[in-house]
Amino acid sequence: MGRRTYTRPMDGWWLRNPFFVKYMARELTAVFVVLYALILLVGVMRLAEGRAPFEHWVANLQTGPAIAMHVGLLAVFLYHTLSWFQIMPKTMAPVIVAGMKVPACAITGAGLVASAIASIAVFVAFRMFAA
Amino acid sequence: MSARSKQPIVWLLFGAGGMLSALIGWMLVFITGIAIPAGLFLSPDLFSYDHVLAFHRHWAGKAFAFAVISLFLWHGALRIYHSLHDLGIKSHTLNGWAVFGIAALGSAAAGYALLAIGF
Repeated sequence: MGRRTYTRPMDGWWLRNPFFVKYMARELTAVFVVLYALILLVGVMRLAEGRAPFEHWVANLQTGPAIAMHVGLLAVFLYHTLSWFQIMPKTMAPVIVAGMKVPACAITGAGLVASAIASIAVFVAFRMFAA
Repeated sequence: MSARSKQPIVWLLFGAGGMLSALIGWMLVFITGIAIPAGLFLSPDLFSYDHVLAFHRHWAGKAFAFAVISLFLWHGALRIYHSLHDLGIKSHTLNGWAVFGIAALGSAAAGYALLAIGF
């Protein structure tokens, strides 16, 4: 039998500090990113099966609960975008412009602007495809 | 025997998926889950079988759909893998097979379906 040394319990460790709660919230977005990818995956699979299965998939998306769920997904994805660009300055090599280190908030801001531009481009592309 | 780590590959897929989802993920959720189904700003006709089929028969549409589905899955897989560890579920081999297995199978299924749709 080994010695019964004390080990500090780790249950709920992330609830002890607001920084860790934020960390867990950010990591939890991944579950919903996977969920959304699976919804799209089912759509592509139904599309390959033919007209009737695909139209059934679309009819499911048009229900109230499905739209409400996507409103929730939208909020989670917006938080994912924000948190992704908030941690980006910590994960990338420092950017030096004119001998000065670019501040973290500038990198985050640039990322959010890039997201807005890319997303608007996607929306415009969909509108053009509809026309 | 080379014991080269697979981590850089997984991290690359994670980073690519994280960036793609951060850039356009929220807009895709809005378009496919709210705007088109509810007919808000976009025509519900965008989800007609013929429209969606035409989109996915084009090589660019196939590439876009495959990138979104597979990279989102790989991005989520790595985060969930680490979160399971953080929550004290430390059977790493099992966790790895579960999360990366879903990402790999999902990517394969997306690739198969997109090819089955034809060109």
